[in-house]
Amino acid sequence: MELTLWTYEGPPHVGAMRIASSMKGIHYVLHAPQGDTYADLLFTMIERRGERPPVTYTTFQARDLGGDTAELVKGHIREAVERFNPEALLVGESCTAELIQDQPGSLAHGMGLDLPIINLELPAYSKKENWGAAETFYQLVRGLLKDKVDGQTTHDPRAWKQEERNPKVNLLGPSLLGFRCRDDILEIKKLLNEHDIDVAVVAPLGATTADLLEIPKSDINVCLYPEISESTCNWLEKNFGMPFSHTVPIGVGATKDFLTEIHKLLDLPLKPNNANNESKLTWYSQSVDSNYLTGKRVFIFGDGTHAIAAARIAKQELGFEVVGLGTYSREMARPVRKAAEAIGLKALISNDYLEVESAISEAAPELVLGTQMERHCAKRLGIPCAVISTPMHVQDVPARYSPQMGWEGSNVIFDDWVHPLMMGLEEHLIGMFRHDFEFTDGHQSHLGHLGAGKAATDNSSLTESQKEDKAISESVNLDSPIWTPEGKEELSKIPFFVRGKVRKNTEKYARQAGCRKIDSETMLDAKAHFKG
Amino acid sequence: MSGTTLLKESGPREVFCGLTSIVWLHRRMPDAFFLVVGSRTCAHLIQSAAGVMIFAEPRFGTAILEEKDLAGLADAHEELTRVVRDLLQRRPEIRTLFLVGSCPSEVIKLDLARVAEQLNKAYEGQVRVLNYSGSGIETTFTQGEDGALSALVPLMPTSQPQESQLLIVGTLANSVEDRLKTLFNRIGISKVSSLPPRKSSDLPSIGPGTKVLLAQPYLSNTAKALKDRGAEILLAPFPLGIEGSRLWMQEASKAFNIDKGIVDSTLEPLIARATKALEAYKSALSGKRLFLLPESQLEIPLARFLHRECGMEIVEVGTPYLNREMMKAELDLLPPNIRVVEGQHVEKQLDRVNAEKPDLVVCGMGLANPLEAKGVSTKWSIELVFSPIHGIDQAADLAELFARPLYRQQLLEHKVLAHT
Ligand code: SF4
Ligand code: SF4
Repeated sequence: MELTLWTYEGPPHVGAMRIASSMKGIHYVLHAPQGDTYADLLFTMIERRGERPPVTYTTFQARDLGGDTAELVKGHIREAVERFNPEALLVGESCTAELIQDQPGSLAHGMGLDLPIINLELPAYSKKENWGAAETFYQLVRGLLKDKVDGQTTHDPRAWKQEERNPKVNLLGPSLLGFRCRDDILEIKKLLNEHDIDVAVVAPLGATTADLLEIPKSDINVCLYPEISESTCNWLEKNFGMPFSHTVPIGVGATKDFLTEIHKLLDLPLKPNNANNESKLTWYSQSVDSNYLTGKRVFIFGDGTHAIAAARIAKQELGFEVVGLGTYSREMARPVRKAAEAIGLKALISNDYLEVESAISEAAPELVLGTQMERHCAKRLGIPCAVISTPMHVQDVPARYSPQMGWEGSNVIFDDWVHPLMMGLEEHLIGMFRHDFEFTDGHQSHLGHLGAGKAATDNSSLTESQKEDKAISESVNLDSPIWTPEGKEELSKIPFFVRGKVRKNTEKYARQAGCRKIDSETMLDAKAHFKG
Repeated sequence: MSGTTLLKESGPREVFCGLTSIVWLHRRMPDAFFLVVGSRTCAHLIQSAAGVMIFAEPRFGTAILEEKDLAGLADAHEELTRVVRDLLQRRPEIRTLFLVGSCPSEVIKLDLARVAEQLNKAYEGQVRVLNYSGSGIETTFTQGEDGALSALVPLMPTSQPQESQLLIVGTLANSVEDRLKTLFNRIGISKVSSLPPRKSSDLPSIGPGTKVLLAQPYLSNTAKALKDRGAEILLAPFPLGIEGSRLWMQEASKAFNIDKGIVDSTLEPLIARATKALEAYKSALSGKRLFLLPESQLEIPLARFLHRECGMEIVEVGTPYLNREMMKAELDLLPPNIRVVEGQHVEKQLDRVNAEKPDLVVCGMGLANPLEAKGVSTKWSIELVFSPIHGIDQAADLAELFARPLYRQQLLEHKVLAHT
């Protein structure tokens, strides 16, 4: 049993819903009690979808359990097929139905329906949402294509040459409730088209079952989101001989590597001037203004794909110092560990946001890149933050075009990450000048008031700077050294987002050195001590 | 009974389960913790329904069952005890711990009552451990509160036989509760308590001298449990709108033998003020057609208010569950020929929404945007359990909740026109 106050991922059947809702012409009959219908709001509210997810919940009740739940399931399947007339039917169960073992998939198969039926077995007590999405996509592709596997894998990714046409690729992995998938598709299409590569099938987002049948006709697959499509790409490689790309094109370097990899797989020469970096990130990062960014301490946490990509961008393209890297995804633990080791860190693999929060507070970063939960925790700690990964809130689904992938994705990333840092700087300046008469008490940057309406703490009306001050004055604890008024004054001049770290270090030093009072001298001593 | 058409429907439903009520219950009693014993689905439901912005450690959580917990019940009981111990160590400020049953815990027959009993012995004097069901196979949405309050009833101290008091039952916004108490005091009912209390350890007493007024319509089991403890349950319309609130208060004063003149003279200025405040919304709502999908059990009293005081035309009133006895006073006030549908077949019901083209639909969060996308204005039913809407003074605010989406649509249409 695991005590959870908040969970990064939903149950696996929510993953299946993501695939069903992403596609067209699919219907999902889910054997589940009424409360499980909450999942609809993830799509209609977070993604602001104007359509209900194509899901029929059997909504069985306790009183049904004594009777024939199998008949109930069949009734719902029959009604759903009649009403929605889908091209393919997914049948599965949620956590509760898994326990009563009605086998809705087999029931559906026995009903003599004339359409492809995919039986989903998603173990709810050991797996989670992303796994469920990947498994559903895989089962769907396999279910529709398995009859076409001929054993002879004669697939040739260079066939486009003999056939005298442009090379053709599929983009596999984008789905609803993924991070910025809608815009990534457009950006990657544009990027590939510039290199005379056509995009044939995009799936699951926007695909029909007929589209899935077309997958093997392309030259290679692009695995855009390994969390969702790696298992499918593997299967297609094994059974159809279709190679797939492994590089996720987030960031300038990764986009270049991606182009190189795709060209290699297709045996298409990469014209050097064609691979020109069209992103402004590189120049913006180089411009003198960005000196400010040097060595900024950044903590990264998210799904595997976005966390790994963020670490590379942060270190190589923006000159940050990565002080923490982790993921909530067990399936991605291995690559994230590898990425962390490469920069001398130990990856944090955890499902527990409180553990992530304490790791953040321990690492004392100046910027947090994370999920909506890290945004909340960064807010509590008074650290600037940008969201780089699901799970997300409705405000992380922007109206404007804002991909993460390709050249434009890099532009978006530069803006999204640097903006909160600049706001943090502004906040500091406000803090510094707050004693000047021009500044009234109520003056705040956006950091001070955003979200305050919902904040449950009475800190909500304070600026970040004031919060940090409050924490200091509240930290009086018998065995900790005492800050002299002069020490406090000095401490308040330090930017709020590093003030906590300075305070902790100074107190630690004072305790080691056995001094009971902290003044500006002690602070300088401590600074020298920790530099040395 | 009235001429209302009471129908039943069954089929696929689209309602929250009782776990959802934790979202407001934990805020009402800050010294209580709600531990759901369930699956990842249950945890995900609560956080999604609450749209949680977690700015502090929440006072609810889920003990998620894992594969190995399904293997043997004895071990699962032990595991749960371990989780509770860890939790209580971490959160020493907790005075009452609710173990909340879910569909999975009920299907595998985890005995939460037994675990609670053992824990009660172990933590005697420190923490009280209670259990109830919020599962989707037993309860919908607001019925979770009914379960939680029922679980508190046995712990309420017995009052002196002669002691007369009024007990208001059902979660209200604190400000509304204070206001209602003041009003009751003003008309001469001096001892007024409420369930749930603001501190879980501060339970009101109960006995034959207690007269119970239900502030919320979804508390059938709690009412029964209170009756079994000797209290008298007063049946009245619910305190939504001017009329409902007046009848509700009058019922109490009758039970306390208070002179009608005093009640009238106390309420009259309030009613006059509220009627004036309501005027503006009344003109916005009057003649507009309303469809209420089943979710909170507040649907019938809301329909009554919106029809009788705001002039809305009622197309259909859905309710997840109908207790005819407790709802009688409300149903009697509805005009004849209104369709009241208990239960749900969500597809057929939405077909009716599409066919009827109402001006406003009250519905769950999952259905709102798909209806908005078709040009139908909506109001989230969950908002009604969070907002201060009870009492005469709140009548205009309550009406405003329904007028706003209509007003907004008008604004946006004008904007579109201005641009074209
Ligand atoms: S319906 Fe049952 S399984 Fe689903 S969230 Fe509610 S209690 Fe949990
Ligand atoms: S808006 Fe600013 S303060 Fe709010 S979460 Fe984003 S970066 Fe942090």
